[in-house]
Amino acid sequence: MAGDVRFAPGSLTRRAALGALGVGSLALAGRSVQAQAAKPSELKVGIATYLSGPASVFGVPGRQAAEMLFDEINAEGGIAGVKVRPIFVDEGPGVDHFVGEYRRLVQSENVNIIFSAISSADCLACTPLADELKRPTLLWDCGTQRIFEDARYQYAVRTQGNATPEVLAALLYVLRAKPDFRSIAVVNQDYAWGRDSWAIWKTAMDTLKPGVRVAAEFFPRFGATDFSTEVTRLLALRPDVILTTSWGGDLDAFIRQSAERRLFERSTFVMPLAESSLERVGKTLPAGVIVGGRGDHWFGHPSPKDPALLARFTENYRKRFSTWPIYPTHHMAQAVFAMKAGYEKAIKAKGGGWPTDAELAAAFQGLEFPSLTGTIKIREDGQGLEDQLIGTTVHTDKYPFPVLTDMVVFKAADITTPVGQKSLDWLKTLSPDMPGKMPAPVPYRG
Amino acid sequence: MSRRALLELVAALAAAAIVLLVAALVPWLRFVLTIAIAKGIAVLGILLLLRAGQVSFGHALYVALAAYAAAFAAPRMPEALLLLPLGALVSGAVGLVVGLFVVRYREIFFGMLNLALSMVFYSVLEKFYALTHGTDGIRLPAIRYVGTALGPEEAGWATLAVAILLALGFGAFVRVYLLSPMGEALSAMKTRETRLEFMGIPARRVLLAAYVLSAVMAGCGGVIIAMTTRHVTPALAYWTASGELVFIAILGGAGSVFGPFLGAFGYELTRTYAAALVADAWQMILGIVLLGVILFAPGGLWGMGRSALRRRPAGEGAA
Repeated sequence: MAGDVRFAPGSLTRRAALGALGVGSLALAGRSVQAQAAKPSELKVGIATYLSGPASVFGVPGRQAAEMLFDEINAEGGIAGVKVRPIFVDEGPGVDHFVGEYRRLVQSENVNIIFSAISSADCLACTPLADELKRPTLLWDCGTQRIFEDARYQYAVRTQGNATPEVLAALLYVLRAKPDFRSIAVVNQDYAWGRDSWAIWKTAMDTLKPGVRVAAEFFPRFGATDFSTEVTRLLALRPDVILTTSWGGDLDAFIRQSAERRLFERSTFVMPLAESSLERVGKTLPAGVIVGGRGDHWFGHPSPKDPALLARFTENYRKRFSTWPIYPTHHMAQAVFAMKAGYEKAIKAKGGGWPTDAELAAAFQGLEFPSLTGTIKIREDGQGLEDQLIGTTVHTDKYPFPVLTDMVVFKAADITTPVGQKSLDWLKTLSPDMPGKMPAPVPYRG
Repeated sequence: MSRRALLELVAALAAAAIVLLVAALVPWLRFVLTIAIAKGIAVLGILLLLRAGQVSFGHALYVALAAYAAAFAAPRMPEALLLLPLGALVSGAVGLVVGLFVVRYREIFFGMLNLALSMVFYSVLEKFYALTHGTDGIRLPAIRYVGTALGPEEAGWATLAVAILLALGFGAFVRVYLLSPMGEALSAMKTRETRLEFMGIPARRVLLAAYVLSAVMAGCGGVIIAMTTRHVTPALAYWTASGELVFIAILGGAGSVFGPFLGAFGYELTRTYAAALVADAWQMILGIVLLGVILFAPGGLWGMGRSALRRRPAGEGAA
């Protein structure tokens, strides 16, 4: 890797000095923080993703999508004639390591732009760094709504939605599909996302449908493999609705153990992240379960803006990786498309000249770019407006896993916290007729 | 001052100068080096316990405790020179209370009890979600140094300087401590604890003193980590973080106060470069390095360096 790093002028002496110190062949010298305006020979993109640990169920598909899309961009000649090269870093070791990696990407690898990250903690830690080191950063997958509600950033924007619309969409769907439910139980992973998503759901539910009884709140350990206690309690409590925002191995295990003990027959399940588990759990997951995928992400989207684009992406991804694309691949595609659109906008604004870091960062504010299924707009606060798709599972002969029917695509602007407001305050002001105003469900078409 | 002590002092100052030089030449390494020194300070405490033959698998507790103390205090009191003593005090106080119990146990029981307590703290950080934001962690505001607000660049340098000063101070202290009767008693505990008791020296108190000192050092390391990353998460208290400290102690070698710092630099640089080289197999490289050290250099990096110097005929100065 060290061999093909391009050194900025004037940094060779540093490298020589470092070599003399014995840090040796791997030492990578970097340019200082200054905005380059000359067209680079290649465009380096630092990509933070999980390559190890439980979240690699999202991280590895994300990386695969990036590899595929970068190859496609390069096959078309790159962005404004500049080839792109991804440099992946692993989020697995935790925040303090990632903060060091972020600095390495900027100061040593000298990347032009960074896609960061899956973990909300990593995003919270690196957005202030983006401003400090003045390097454009796209938050590609992390969910926490805190980032742009608590502060404003110049160099970081988010190319996707956040936890609030993702959870609110599922709630609205349930309120319409099962308006008379009286009790609910929650089984969420015991970490920030599990807690945050339940707080969002509970706040919105208490506003839109006051009086629903919370039968039980379970927060099993993150990475739990045994849910027999929870399933036994849920069988006894018989709540009308069971919500779980779990994902990955936790969700797969919970689905399998619930199916085995026929819990699905007693309660309506709501799983806002289960789109990413469909292929793994297969038809163990019965029909009639309400499923989402953190955005309007699904290969069978009922009304994609550019059906050919979605079909081509799905087909190419399946051919290359022998698996169906899931939502992190869509999120990665959005970051890649946003990067391309951002560069093109900045280059156009400069009359064909190559933009500086600051000019590129400015171009992302207010940018509109295509996603695989629609269009995403980055608001003035840096938050992306992303539609949300929620559906109900159905079994068909065509696929070995459940697919979605009765799909509702929620418009991002209706369900995203307005600029300058905090999610939990805004959710308390929702009007009870909101579920009635949602778009009509679209059935599955084979 | 003996010739050997003088030599070690010169070596320590030279090492500090090299760290500053590397940080100046390679800006992005400054962050990694600061973290390495912070961990080295924490491992210095573990070294004291290792002298007594006790391995703590839970010292991340004190690192995290101080880091969170700093994170909670920083919005009201963003002063590095107050946060450091605060973190050390909190860790030391908790270390004293916990120490009263754990010094009754030895070896695996000592290690496991420490592990259990650190995991309890980890769970507390996760469960008290409204206070701690759980795994999302808490962000620290910009820290002042002696009342002056610094830019990000200067603050990075200031933290590194504070870390180096603390490392030199604690290093010198531990070296003196190990040669003092209290320190010698630690080695005696490892050899035969009963004999120590026969001599009228209470082994538990000897271990308790070392334990509290180690908690204080881990606390200082924790505050430096918090001031450097400026974002604390419960992962700091997770058992893998404790394991990391023991890993560093083994990698560096327990023979000298230089060991923990050699180990910490070795560990952090290996991890950083391994991650840069192969993003998805860096754990394997780290594992191979540790296996190599265990199999071929039981004295750690320090032991390797010393035996290399001894073998050299002209190396009399280092003997």
